[in-house]
Amino acid sequence: MLLEKIAEPNEESRLPLTISKQESRLYMSFMYVAFISLFIGGMMGLLQTLVRSGTITLPWGIDYYQVLTLHGVILALVLTTYFIIGFQFSLMGKTVGISQKQHKAAWLSFWVMVVGTIMTAITILLGKANVLYTFYAPLKAHPAFYIGLALVIIGSWIAGIVNFRQLYVWKKKHPGEKSPLLAFMVTINMLMWIIASIGVAVAVIVQFIPWSLGYAETINVLVSRTLFWYFGHPLVYFWLLPAYMAWYAIIPKIIGGKLFSDSLARLAFILLLFFSIPVGFHHQLTEPGIDPTWKFIQVVLTFMVVIPSLMTAFSIFATFEITGRRKGFKGLYGWFKHLPWKDVRFLAPMIGMLAFIPGGAGGIINASHQMNAVVHNTIWVTGHFHITAATTVVLTFFGITYWLIPHLTGRTLTKSINRLGIIQAIIWTVGMTIMSGAMHIQGLLGGPRRSSYSEYGGTEQASEWIWYQIAQAVGGSILFIGILLMVFIFIKLTFFAPKGEEEFPIAEEEEDATPTPMFLENWKLWIAITIALILFAYTIPFVDIIQNSPPGSPPFDWPIGNS
Amino acid sequence: MHLHKYEKIWLTFGIGSLVIFLVVLAFGAFWQGTHPQSHGVTIDPENIEANDAFKPENLGITKVSDDKYIVNIVATAFNYNLGVDEEGKPVKDIRIPKGSTVLFQVTTKDVVHGFNVAGTNINMMVEPGYISSYETVLDNTGEFTIVCNEYCGVGHHLMFATVEVYE
Amino acid sequence: MGNVQERKTKSDTEKNEPDLKGTFISVMLVGVFLIVSWVGIYTLFMVR
Repeated sequence: MLLEKIAEPNEESRLPLTISKQESRLYMSFMYVAFISLFIGGMMGLLQTLVRSGTITLPWGIDYYQVLTLHGVILALVLTTYFIIGFQFSLMGKTVGISQKQHKAAWLSFWVMVVGTIMTAITILLGKANVLYTFYAPLKAHPAFYIGLALVIIGSWIAGIVNFRQLYVWKKKHPGEKSPLLAFMVTINMLMWIIASIGVAVAVIVQFIPWSLGYAETINVLVSRTLFWYFGHPLVYFWLLPAYMAWYAIIPKIIGGKLFSDSLARLAFILLLFFSIPVGFHHQLTEPGIDPTWKFIQVVLTFMVVIPSLMTAFSIFATFEITGRRKGFKGLYGWFKHLPWKDVRFLAPMIGMLAFIPGGAGGIINASHQMNAVVHNTIWVTGHFHITAATTVVLTFFGITYWLIPHLTGRTLTKSINRLGIIQAIIWTVGMTIMSGAMHIQGLLGGPRRSSYSEYGGTEQASEWIWYQIAQAVGGSILFIGILLMVFIFIKLTFFAPKGEEEFPIAEEEEDATPTPMFLENWKLWIAITIALILFAYTIPFVDIIQNSPPGSPPFDWPIGNS
Repeated sequence: MHLHKYEKIWLTFGIGSLVIFLVVLAFGAFWQGTHPQSHGVTIDPENIEANDAFKPENLGITKVSDDKYIVNIVATAFNYNLGVDEEGKPVKDIRIPKGSTVLFQVTTKDVVHGFNVAGTNINMMVEPGYISSYETVLDNTGEFTIVCNEYCGVGHHLMFATVEVYE
Repeated sequence: MGNVQERKTKSDTEKNEPDLKGTFISVMLVGVFLIVSWVGIYTLFMVR
């Protein structure tokens, strides 16, 4: 579809580079892991919804929480991280290029992550790590679980450092020029990721590993949770930012338009870097050991991170309207009707964008200090991140898949695959609306998350909840069909679609766009502000937590079925 | 950097709404005392009975005065200990008259638990080493399920009790 | 002088300010949705 010859480079530095066969292999390796994860994780999700509806019990002594741990780890941590790193490498390769040395280091990051992933996965499959993906202390998994996780994080750091190096080398070669927008965005995302994941790495390496090996007798539970959530919220922005990259800089090209504003896009990303990290307390609002004033301060910072998303909403609609009007579609909504709805590269991410409206609304509610008590740890929260991560982010990633995979494998997105993709996006939307909708309502009625099927002693409330759990099983089954279809499409695009050249769509600026101010490239300042905000939000409450610590906790492994 | 005039209006409106949300929340939290529970009261999880509230005879519901009650609960995997009745059987249901002021105090002897009286704002994390507490007026009648809503192990979904608020 | 300046600003604005009425209405609808959802849950918080 849309075969487009790469234009003759008249201004060499600005134009997308070509991705070599050797590079494609690297980027595709990340994609293979991502789509294998999608399949396994999706299957686990289906099993959960069926168990919770009371229709099946798991055979062979498999535990519900083992399935749930696998689902969370493999989708929230493995699928996302591999897809994002692979996609970001391809963006860097296309916009700033990759050297031989960087290429080797990128492979190193891949293999370190794979070794870690396999270690963690085996531990879960053997039933030795039924601790869910948040692995809250003092539940203790087998040490291999934590060591594997540490390796995944370290591998991702190598990838981030390669990305920084790629931009650095490019800038040396292009003094005084602004960096390509997508390379700028990738760098922001990896900066945020590295700064944030230091928290969870410290928790895992300093606290969990020695404790699980028996070298440390006790663990400070609240410190471990605080370090986890210092990482946990930027984690969700690490998923969202690649979707924003596609919305800002790729979708405009697909709909035949231009960038709305290069500088506003960069500004939004800088704000996201600032305010994604110093906000972890909004996941700990109902915890007993954190000062409420500091909780509220982080709530205010959380609300700040909404602002770049408000800007993004405007930019996207504006891109659509300007493009439509330029094509001659009149009236208030002519431009909307005439968007390329039949092009799956547009449709899938577009549904993702629309899903972010209820997703964002839910997010503001969750972070609203005392109001969090209405929804905290109810299945509303599960509904929330299935509409954000599993719809907004995932559908955008699917939208990227339709052109990125054939571009890398030298094939094309045919009309029939495009049609399958549209069906896939619709199945996903229907399944998710039913599942996530039912989760939101059940959550407001008090239904808990992370729980296997239970009648709770036959209370009236529990008998109401079950109907929503049945609806979730219906939605979950529809979604599983969507996953099978997506895996089929991935295999087709990788091995069987006709040979050809698929466009790597990157939007350009308007000819007469106002120039991007150079101060936006002031990396040192951005990093300094980010760190200052983190120190402001965390220093005092963290010292307070440590000074007022209760006795530490010994490891508990019998509650998860190990002893 | 140029902002379209509509974008200026939109951002003013959006940021303004966020500010109003925050003011409403801050008013409730700082002036009316509706902060989420955060008392920072610690306890030794291996010797909770050192604290009077969690001595076996003080578990469950205690009437303090006419319309004031205290409910003390010890959470363990996978049970809420609400004390025992006259026959020595574990209490699983508590009954409270409507309009009472009730202080819930919960702690754990082992791992992290949740404590949610489903359908109310009584929703707390229960972590080893801390006492979670929340005082509220029970104005709505009905039978409410207490559920553990933080994963605590393979029997997590079997951890529950009930509160009945009657006229 | 002042006149020229004014005319320049005006033509500048025309060039840089595309017609974005549809966009404006769309984002305001998003805003209304955010407010309605938030107020809804806030009410739930208050009555519980």
